[in-house]
Order: sequence, then structure tokens, then C-alpha cells
Amino acid sequence: MFDILHYSFFVRGIEAGVIVAFIAPLIGIFLVLRRYSLIADTLSHVSLAGVALGFLFGVNPMWSAIGVTVVSSLGIEKLRTSKRVYGESALALFLSGALALATVLLSLGKGFNANLLNYLFGSIVTVTQTDVYTIAVLAVVVACVLFALYKELVYISFDEESARVSGIAVDRINRVLIVLAALTVALSIPVVGILLIAALIVIPVVAALQLRKSFLQTLVYAEVISVFSVVTGIFASFYLNLATGGTIVLIMLIVFLLIMAGKDRP
Amino acid sequence: MSNSDHGENIIEVSDISFSYGATQVLKDITLSIHRGDYLGIVGGNGAGKTSLLKIILGLLSPQKGKVLLFGQDIREFKDWSKIGYVPQKVTNFDPNFPATVREVVLMGRYGRRGLMHRVTEEDRTEARKALEQVEMWEYKDRQIGDLSGGQQQRVFIARALAGKPEVIFLDEPTVGVETHIKDEFYALLRKLNEDLHLTVVLITHDIESMAHEAMHIACIDHTIFFHDSIDAYFKDSHAVVHPHP
Repeated sequence: MFDILHYSFFVRGIEAGVIVAFIAPLIGIFLVLRRYSLIADTLSHVSLAGVALGFLFGVNPMWSAIGVTVVSSLGIEKLRTSKRVYGESALALFLSGALALATVLLSLGKGFNANLLNYLFGSIVTVTQTDVYTIAVLAVVVACVLFALYKELVYISFDEESARVSGIAVDRINRVLIVLAALTVALSIPVVGILLIAALIVIPVVAALQLRKSFLQTLVYAEVISVFSVVTGIFASFYLNLATGGTIVLIMLIVFLLIMAGKDRP
Repeated sequence: MSNSDHGENIIEVSDISFSYGATQVLKDITLSIHRGDYLGIVGGNGAGKTSLLKIILGLLSPQKGKVLLFGQDIREFKDWSKIGYVPQKVTNFDPNFPATVREVVLMGRYGRRGLMHRVTEEDRTEARKALEQVEMWEYKDRQIGDLSGGQQQRVFIARALAGKPEVIFLDEPTVGVETHIKDEFYALLRKLNEDLHLTVVLITHDIESMAHEAMHIACIDHTIFFHDSIDAYFKDSHAVVHPHP
């Protein structure tokens, strides 16, 4: 049944999928525990503006998405910490603002076409070898930085004030976290598409949290759920001719529901 | 003042004033904390005691005045591992957070480690010692959210102890804790103060308990209107007549 692996486009899709599936919960666990889940959603909409910019200027849309998302993430964090607007209002401003900018840029560049759908809903068949390399290199960067800051991030997520008193540079680490979230969002575009990225980052973590394990175990379970859902989702979507991103997210939701059901049993 | 017969000054707050917008919270606060002291900072709601604590911990910057920690200006102070902090647990803690008791206590070691440092054997040993000091070692693998309020409080103290501080600050540690747990809790603090020679500073509205427990007491109502030993407190009719400003 694995003769499908002879197709290089499929292999590239699996490669990109597994890498993204691996880093999404790493960043997701910190976003979810800090009640930042909606940042993933906001950044994904921001990345659409980046994609539109790429279309307009003929740049690889993944690169323009990375640039725009990272810069905007710093803007969001700055606005949020300035306390001039509520935290979630900062997110709403960026989310709708980015979407408005994206639609204007797309109409300027006549970008409303089939290609756009690949970015909105994900399409691993369009992943190029260069994309896989880009995803791999940046994923290694994200994973290394998270590894270096792991202890500090755990402490800040649990108790930001005490972490600050213990001398941890909380503000700087918060900025690093949001930039990493931005990178993860941009890298996830080809696999699940802009509209479903937040699910990839949030659902495996929320499902693993239901198991009430230690921090490290929760992370490991989230990784297992994420990689399992992405790989089975890609295979299932190919054989059943379904949309890949949607299939992956639905599998994640099924896993989540199964865990919830298992927990409710006496 | 009887303060002077104690050890060196480790914390000096001089002439601090602090406002939130137009509301003055603290006015001309001067306070010294001595090594080995057990000080209760007492005041009613909105008296400014938590703001004072946050200023001493560097979480807030006063508009006026100066804070010296271990002889160094707070703005240049780097050695935060000397300071242990037990926050007001009720407001600062998510009971669904996925962490075991041991993981929480290990956090107390993180501040003194640089980036990239893995958890070492020494960290584990100190975490264990701290948990044993508060008699919570047998709960090490339990979820923090599954413990009772009093037990969580002990774990937070263990987290502060794991960093081997010289002074420990506790913010309203007995709010919402039952009376018999409260007694055990004060016994633990006394043990830490006497056996480990740890300086203990406790922020509370509970002046009755403090009168039995602390060596010194500072009463605050936007400004410090009494700061001396407990004995002097009972002799000072002004302070006793107005325990809850």
C-alpha cells in the first residue's frame, strides 16, 4: 500500500508534515498554558498578508509570510505589553487589520485564484524541495531556541511573577517566544493552510493536557498526537481524496474527543 | 530601636514613595530588614503592603526613594537567588497546569542557572532537601493542582527554599487556609527562621498571628507608623489601639 511513497511530491509532503507536526506542540504548549492560544490564530491571518505580498512582488510566498509574520509578532507583543489596549484587543486589531491588508493586496495583484486556495487550506503537493529545506532549517532553529529556554519558559508559564523575581529576563523571553510562534505559523502554511494552523498548534496540546501528566509527559503526548494525526491525515487524504489540512485537524479533534470520553469513564 | 541588636542590614528601603496614577499608595517609607529577622509587615486592604513588597522585589519602580538589597542598589542587583519569594497562591496559579510537585520545586533552581543548563544532580538534591524540609517529599510525583491549599503552600515554600535564598518573602500566605493548617504553617516558618537562620518577611493583614509569631513588626498604612519588636508593640498603646488602620 505504500507504493505512494514512490511519488516524490508525496514524500516531500510527508517530510514537511512531520517536521511541522513536531515543532507545533513545542510552541503550542507554552501558548496554550499562557492563554495565548489566539495568538496562533492572529499570526496565521497575518501570514496571509505576507503571502499576498509575495504574490504581488513575485517572491516565494513562504518567505514573505515568514518576514511579515515575525515583524508583526513583535508589534503585537509591544502593543500588548504597552497596556494601551487589552491583550485580546491587540490580537483582534492585528487579525482583522492583516486580513484587510491581505484582501487589498490580493485584489491589487489579481491574487484571488486557485493558487490562493492552496495557501488558505494547505496543499502538500505544491511543497517544493526548497520549501522542505526552509522548513527543516527553521524548524531546527525553533527547536534549539526552545530547548535552550525550556526551563525559563516553563517557569514563566507557571508563575510569571516569581520567574521575574528569580532574575529571569521575562520580557525578553516573551518576545522570543512570540517570534518562534510566528516562524512556526509561517512554516505550517503548506501543510494545513493558513486557516487551520491554529488547530495544529493548539489541539494536540489541549488533548494532551486532559491526561493530567507532568509537564514533560504532557509535551511528549502532544508530540505523539500531533505527528500521528499529521501522518495519518496525509495518508487518509490521499487515499480518500480529501483536503489534507481539514483531514489532519479532524483526526486531531477525534483524538481529543476519545481522550475526553476515556476520562469520563469511571 | 531593638532592631540594632540583630545582624547586618540586608535590605534597606529609604524614603520610598509610590503612586498609581494620582493615587498615592506609599509615602516616605523607610525600613531595614536584618539578617536572621522574622518580620511581619502588617496592614489592612489597600494599605500598600503588597506594593511595598513588589518594590522590594523589583517588580515595581518607586517614583521616589531608594532600595538597597545586600548593600547594592536594586537597579544593579543581579544576585536574585539570595531572595526567595512565595506569591499569593490563590491569585497566581492555574490548578490545571501540568506539573508535578517535583517539577514545581525544580523551578526554584532555574533562576540561578544560565541558559542551556540542564537540570543537574545538585538541582535534584536541593529540590529533594527543600521538599523534605516542608515534609512534602512523599507527594513529589503528585500533580500540583491535586493538592490541598495548605499542601500547595508548602510546595511553594519548598520552591523558594530550593534556590537556597538568604531571605524569603511571603505574600499573604494564610489567606483561605484553615486554622489548624495555619498553625502548622507558622510552626514551619519558625523552624526555617530558627534552624536554617533564614530571614523571613511576611506580608499579612493578620496582626493577631503576627503578634505571636514574628520578632518584629512593621505596621503600614500608606506609610509606616510603627516598626519595632513585638514586645515594644504591646507597650505602644497607639499601635495596639489601632491594629487595623
